[in-house]
Amino acid sequence: MTFTLTPEREKQADDLLGRYPTKRAACIPLLHLCQEQNGWVSDEVIEYVANRLSLPTSQVKGVVTFYTMFHQKPVAPNVVWVCRTLMCEVRGAKVIQEHLEKKFGCHVGETSQDGKFTLLKAECLAACGQAPMLQLNGEFHENLTTDAVDKVIDAAAAETPAQAVTKAVSGHG
Amino acid sequence: MAEPTRMFTDRYGLKDSHTLAVAEQAGAYAQARRVMTTMTPDAIKAEVKAANIRGRGGAGFPAGMKWGFLPPKSEKPVYLVINADEGEPGTFKDRTIMELDPHRLLEGCMMAMFAIGAHVTYIYVRCELVTSIKRLEQGIRDLRAKGYLGARPFGVNHPLEIHVHPGAGAYICGEETALLNSLEGMRGEPRLKPPFPAVAGAFGMPTIVNNVETIASVPDILKMGGAAWSNLSRLPNDGGTRLYGLSGHVKKPGIWEAPVGLTLREMIYDFGGGPLDEKRPIKGVIPGGSSTPILRPSDVVNAPDDKHPMFKWHGKSHLDVPMGVDTMRGLGTMLGTNCATVLDSSVNMVEAARNLMRFYHHESCGQCTPCREGTGWLAEVCDRLCEGKGTVADVDLLVDISNNMMGNTICALADGTAMPMLAFVRKYREEFLDAAKNGVRGRLDAAVAASLTGASGLSGRTL
Repeated sequence: MTFTLTPEREKQADDLLGRYPTKRAACIPLLHLCQEQNGWVSDEVIEYVANRLSLPTSQVKGVVTFYTMFHQKPVAPNVVWVCRTLMCEVRGAKVIQEHLEKKFGCHVGETSQDGKFTLLKAECLAACGQAPMLQLNGEFHENLTTDAVDKVIDAAAAETPAQAVTKAVSGHG
Repeated sequence: MAEPTRMFTDRYGLKDSHTLAVAEQAGAYAQARRVMTTMTPDAIKAEVKAANIRGRGGAGFPAGMKWGFLPPKSEKPVYLVINADEGEPGTFKDRTIMELDPHRLLEGCMMAMFAIGAHVTYIYVRCELVTSIKRLEQGIRDLRAKGYLGARPFGVNHPLEIHVHPGAGAYICGEETALLNSLEGMRGEPRLKPPFPAVAGAFGMPTIVNNVETIASVPDILKMGGAAWSNLSRLPNDGGTRLYGLSGHVKKPGIWEAPVGLTLREMIYDFGGGPLDEKRPIKGVIPGGSSTPILRPSDVVNAPDDKHPMFKWHGKSHLDVPMGVDTMRGLGTMLGTNCATVLDSSVNMVEAARNLMRFYHHESCGQCTPCREGTGWLAEVCDRLCEGKGTVADVDLLVDISNNMMGNTICALADGTAMPMLAFVRKYREEFLDAAKNGVRGRLDAAVAASLTGASGLSGRTL
């Protein structure tokens, strides 16, 4: 199945291409735009981006595999990143990760039993003064306790429709 | 007792400080308007040079001098690129600028573009900083609507445009040539220098790459005049005020503004409220991001010769030396991003080193063999020491690997891995030898783990 952007996003793609002297420079922003719609970067997305930018698919694939923020496998509707670099680690990041693993019934790099959350381990997210922290769907949650984690996650879970449970995702950070 | 300054950060506390209306009411764009309508580019460059501003991204290169490397009278378009790929572990200062006062950065971009003859700026922001990107993009839209960006900003015939370019989660893209490759849509692999970006940078054109805080300081520099701004500092050849960051085992971590040249002790005790728990003394301080070698409070400066640049601080603890680009170099470390991390006696330094080595192994781009292999081996040897599978020879192996990485790669990531590794081994050798015999028990978060369960938590400020 070929991938196409929604008409509104197609307009955004045109705008992106207009920002740079070369088409190729729009590669990363365009991949973000596609991932926003598709949830992850599939082979079809890579093909679409390659066509749109007149690049060989191998070069787009090379970009996708270089950067950790492009999901190369499907992820749940909610993505949770827990920072585990030293500054968060000495302020209890492992407690937060273990709490989430227990709550989700999965390990880091996998999707929760209910299919609503993918749990990933992040390297420094520039919130060292507010450690420990997690990032849920782009939003930072800082100075965490296990209670605070429950509040954030439960709220997101309540807003997410029940998921068809798929196999655990692997191959992430 | 050291007090924070509120000049660069004067708009941080205002309600909706990120909006154009609030920022402009509080003084934003007054300098851009004045400078672009009444000053020549050369006069602006002279003020920035007189300000003695050392780059705020970590290398500490004088920004005024960097601007001078552009070829004079270039026929080619010149680009300004802002490095907002803040990802050095321990560093979280640029995010405060982009979230709380994006217009200070945008105004700085406009003034810098006018000074160096550029018409387009790309702000390369790591995509994880969602709020920063949103606020910068909103700010740019508002500026276009007001005519501050576009064909004739403030009626001056010097078209200006600013674009936000998101990264995609690669630490190495904070290296300026990797950043340029990433901006051009390629893998973020550093380029061999020369040519330097000032000659052939973004899209092969002359390019100046500056840190967020460096460019956001330009409006203040022009407001005060370069020399006066420089004199705010406590140190020579390293001017102005700057952001100080503090994380780790302190009572009140956070970001503050103060003159260049505060001591680590002043920051830790006067700003940060001292160690998290008085019963656990400070064991080490990483002065400016994880690539800067760790300092021990017990070490003193040894420079008895009165011609030695560090003579002034002879006999003083490393925590009592002013934080400047040159003074930190004198201690065998680096100022880096000026964001320090405090580690108390609960931390096992082998475990701490292992955490950071895993980070570098994950973030090495893989282009150069000494770095790709070296970071991997450092992580692996630390792993086996921690797991009790190491030998005494492994401790020297860490030193050996590090020495073979330094200076043998295209970019500074390998050096930024090897230098802290060497400092960990040299300064906490007993602990590494102990790990070789007994492994490491306990966890890095031993000091805090209990207080995170439930609702109480640690003290900390939000932005």
